[in-house]
Amino acid sequence: MNTPRRKERLIALIVLAALLFSPPLVLIAASSAGGVSRLVPYVFLAWGAVIGLMAWLMERRDEEGRDAE
Amino acid sequence: MTGGPMVVVLAFGYLALLFVIAAWGDRRAAQGRSLIGSPTVYALSIAVYCTAWTFYGSVGRAAEFGPSFLLIYLGPTLAMLMAPFVIGKMVRIARAQRLTSIADFISARYGKSSSLGALVALIALIGITPYIALQLKAITVSHAVLVNYPQAADLPLADERFWSDRSFWVALVLAVFIILFGTRHLDASERHEGMVAAIAFESLVKLAAFLAVGIFTVFVLFNGPADLFAQAGERPELTRLLGLESVPGGALGWVGMLVLAFLAFLTLPRQFQVLVVENVDERHIKRASWLFPLYLLVINLLVIPIALAGLLLGGGDPDSFVLTLPLSAGLEALPLLVFIGGLSAATGMMIVETIALSTMVSNQLVMPLLLRSRRLHLSTRGELAGWLLGIRRVSILGILLLGYLYHALIGETYSLVTIGLVSFAAASQFAPALLIGLYWRGARRRGAALGMGAGFVVWAWTLLIPGFAQSGWLDPGFLATGPWGIAWLRPYALFGLEGWDIYTHSLLWSLAANVGLLVGVSLFTRPSALEQTQAALFTETMPQGLVPASLWQGQTTRGELRALLDRYLGEAASRRVFAAHPGEADEVDDDQPAPAALTLRAEQALAGSLGSASARVLIDSVARGEAPDLEAILRILDTTSETLEMNRRLEQQSRELARASEDLRAANARLRELDRLKDEFVAMVSHELRTPLTSIRAFAEILRDNRALPDEKREHFLDVVVRESQRLSRLIEEILDLARLESGRLTLSPTRLDLVALTRQSVEAVQRLQEERGVTLEVAIEPEAAWVIGDADRLEQVIINLLDNAGKFAADDDPRVLLRLARHKTHYRLAVEDNGPGIAPDERERVFEKFHQIQHRESGESRGRPRGSGLGLPISRGIVAHLGGRLWIEAATRLDGACLVMELPEAPAEAPASTDVPDGAPSQDRDSGDTPATP
Repeated sequence: MNTPRRKERLIALIVLAALLFSPPLVLIAASSAGGVSRLVPYVFLAWGAVIGLMAWLMERRDEEGRDAE
Repeated sequence: MTGGPMVVVLAFGYLALLFVIAAWGDRRAAQGRSLIGSPTVYALSIAVYCTAWTFYGSVGRAAEFGPSFLLIYLGPTLAMLMAPFVIGKMVRIARAQRLTSIADFISARYGKSSSLGALVALIALIGITPYIALQLKAITVSHAVLVNYPQAADLPLADERFWSDRSFWVALVLAVFIILFGTRHLDASERHEGMVAAIAFESLVKLAAFLAVGIFTVFVLFNGPADLFAQAGERPELTRLLGLESVPGGALGWVGMLVLAFLAFLTLPRQFQVLVVENVDERHIKRASWLFPLYLLVINLLVIPIALAGLLLGGGDPDSFVLTLPLSAGLEALPLLVFIGGLSAATGMMIVETIALSTMVSNQLVMPLLLRSRRLHLSTRGELAGWLLGIRRVSILGILLLGYLYHALIGETYSLVTIGLVSFAAASQFAPALLIGLYWRGARRRGAALGMGAGFVVWAWTLLIPGFAQSGWLDPGFLATGPWGIAWLRPYALFGLEGWDIYTHSLLWSLAANVGLLVGVSLFTRPSALEQTQAALFTETMPQGLVPASLWQGQTTRGELRALLDRYLGEAASRRVFAAHPGEADEVDDDQPAPAALTLRAEQALAGSLGSASARVLIDSVARGEAPDLEAILRILDTTSETLEMNRRLEQQSRELARASEDLRAANARLRELDRLKDEFVAMVSHELRTPLTSIRAFAEILRDNRALPDEKREHFLDVVVRESQRLSRLIEEILDLARLESGRLTLSPTRLDLVALTRQSVEAVQRLQEERGVTLEVAIEPEAAWVIGDADRLEQVIINLLDNAGKFAADDDPRVLLRLARHKTHYRLAVEDNGPGIAPDERERVFEKFHQIQHRESGESRGRPRGSGLGLPISRGIVAHLGGRLWIEAATRLDGACLVMELPEAPAEAPASTDVPDGAPSQDRDSGDTPATP
C-alpha cells in the first residue's frame, strides 16, 4: 500500500471486481446459450480472475522498493 | 443407521480436541512462540464467516434459488479487496485506542459515547442471537438426520426434554470452552491466541469435510462433472435453476444481496473480532485479502453439483443433501466426517460470536450501569478485576442460553433458514456509522445514534416482525393489508414499493433512513471536544500520537490513578502501566500530579478491559480541578489539524521544489557542457577556416610578389587557390546549413521521388572519387523502385555524405564500402557499411553531436585520410529527421565496421498531381478577381 502505484492498481482492481459482479455484465452472462444459462461458470471465472489478480498484486515484491515494511 | 452413542462420542471428542488445540495455542503464546503469527492462520480465522449456514444452507439455497447463494460470498470478496485500506485502518485505530468490539469502536469514534455503544450492543444482541440459534438448530437437525436415516429427520423438539437435547449440551460445552479460552485475561484487547488457533483448525476441518462430500458426489455417485451436468441438462427445471431468473428479485435482488453481504461481512461482530481485534500484524491483511476469497471460492465450487445431484436423486430436504447423499449410498465414515464438518462450522461461529457479544454486553451494557451506581456499592470494593471477568463469563453463558432458548422455543415454527440473512441486515445497520465515520470527519454522535436507531426500527418492521407473523406468533393478516388497514405501511411493500425481494427491500429502506439521518443530523449538530478529537483520529486527519495531552478536563494524582487501576484491573496490571513510564515506577510521590501521558496510558489500559466509554467515565471520576477552557482546546485541535494539512502540503511543495532544483541543476550542467563544446567548436571552425585562408593568402602573395614565375607554376598555384576557396565556401555552406537546421529555418521542398534512382545517381557521383582513393564500392539495391517523400538535392547530399564518410573510415588496406537499399515494413532502409574499426555502442549517439564529430575527426586526420568538415553527420541526421525519417548507427552485418542506416517512410499511394490542382485554381480565380479593371 505504500507505493502509490500499488494503491492505484488496487483501486482499479476493486472497480473492476465491482463491475464484473454487477448487473450489466451479469445480465449478459445470464443470457442463455442453448437453453443453459452461463451465469454460474461466468461468476466462478470472474471470481477466480479477481482473486488471481489480487494475489499477484499483493504478493509481488514491488520493484519500486520494499514496501509495507 | 450409525449408532447414536457413537455420534455423541465423536462430537464431544471433537470438542475435546478443540480444547487441546486452544490450550496448546495459549501455551505457545505464553512461551512467545505464537501459533497464529502467520497470515495464513489469519485468513483461516476469517473463514469463521462460513457457518453451518454455509455448510448445510448453501446447498439448500442453491437447490431453491440457484446462483443467489454465491452473492453471500462475492460481497466479502469485494470487502477483502478493500481490506488493505479499510480493515488496515480499523486495525491501526483499534490497536492505538485498545478497542475490543465493534460497539466499542463505534462508541469511541463518536466521542466515547456510552449510549451509542449500548445501542450497538443491543442491536447486535437482538440481531445475532437468532443466528446462534440457527447454528444450534443445524447441529440438532444434522444429528437427527444422521441417527434416524432413512426415517424423516424432523423430531419435534417439544417432545424432548432439554437434557436429552444434544444441542443443549453442545451449547454448555461451548460455554465452558469460551469461558476457558475467551476470558483468560481481563484485558480483552489481548488476543485469544488459543481460540484463534482452534478457529483456524475448524476452518480446515469444514473445508475438508465439504470437499470430501463434494468429490464423493461428483466422482462416485456420478461419473464426473460432465455426467452430472449432462443428466441435469435433461431436466428443464434444473437448467432453469442455474439462470438469473431463479435469483429472488432478479438483477435488483442480485445487487441487493451483494451489498448486504458486503456490509455484513465488515460489521458482523464475529468478523470484526477476527478481522480487527485478533489481528496480530497489519501486514497479514495482504495475504488474507486474496487467500480468504480463495477459501470462499473453493468451498463454494461444489455446492451446485451437490445441489443438482440431490435434486436428481430426489433426496428430501435440500438443507440436508450433504448428509443424505453419502448416507443414501450406504456409507458410514463419510456422513460422520460431514457431521463433524458441520459441527466445526457451527461451533466456530458460536465461539467467536459469543466472545464478541459478551465483550459488548459486559463493556457496553453492564459496566456503564454498574458504574452509574458506583457511588452506592462498587467503589467500596477492593478488587474489581474478578468481578469484571465474572460479568463476562455470565454474559457468555447468558448469550448461549438465549440462543438455545430461541432455538428451543421458536426454532420449530420460525423459519430459521431465513434468519441468517435477517441477521446480516441487522448487522448492516452498523455500516453507515462505521464506514462513514472512518472517512467523514463531520459525522456526529447524534446523527449516528438516530440513524442507527431508525435503521434498526425499519429493519425490525420489514424483516423481523413479518418473520414472527409468518411463524404464527402474530396474525399474518397485516402483511397483506398493512396495520390497521394502512396499505403503505405493509412490511414487505413499504411506501408501496412492491415487487422487490424482501431483503433488498428492507436494506434499501433501512439504509436510506440510516444514512439519511446520519448525514442530515450530523450537518446540523455541534460536536463535543472529545468527539472532535476522536473524529480526527479515526479519519486519520490527525496522527494517533498527537493527542493533545491538555485534553484532560482536570488533574489527578498518581496515587489516585494507581488506586483506580488497582481496583479495576488488579495490582499486576496497574504496575505494568506505571512501569511502562520510565521514572514513574518508583512509588515515591503519590501526591504528585500524574503526567498527561500516564493518565492517557491508564485510560487505554482501562479501555482494553472495560470499553472506551467506561474508561472515560472512570478517569473523569478521579480527575478534578479546573478543566482547561474547552473552546481553547477546540481551537488548538482545529489549528493542529490545519497545521498538519498545511505541513503536508508544504512537504509536498518542498519535494516538488527539490525535484525542480535537481532538474535545474542537471540542465545547468548540460548548458555549461554545451557552452564548453561551443567554445571548442568556434575554435575548431576558426582553425578550419584559417587553414585554407592561409594557403590562399600565401599563394596569392607569391603570385603578386614573383611576377616572373614560370607559367606552369603559376597555373599550379592558381589551382591551389581555387581549390582552397572551394573548400572554404563548402565549409561555410555546411556551417550555414547546420545553423539553419538548428534554428528550424531550413527550407526543404519535399516531392515524391524514387529513392532507387536517387541512390544510383549519388553512387555515380562519388564512384570516381572513391576509386581514386582505392575504395571498393559495392551496391545492393533490392526494390525496383522506392517511392518516398523527400527533397532530392538534400537527400543526395545525405547519401553522398554517408558514402564519403564510410570511405574515410574504411580499413587502410583494401578499404571496402557496401551500400544496401531494402524495404522494411512500411519504410525503406538505406544502409552504408564499411570494413573499418567500427564504433563502440556507447559512442554511436555521440557521433551525431557536431562538437564530438570535430574531435573524432582528428583520428581520421592521423590516419592520413582526406578530411571533411566533420559536420556531415549532424546535418544529415537533421535533414532525414525533417523528412520524417531516422538516421542511426549499428554494428555492420556483412563487413565488420560501422553501419549507418537511413530510414524513410514509404510515400503514400500515387495521388500527387491532384493536390496541385485545387491550389492552382483558386489562385487563378483570385488573380482575375483582383484585376477587375482589366478589360
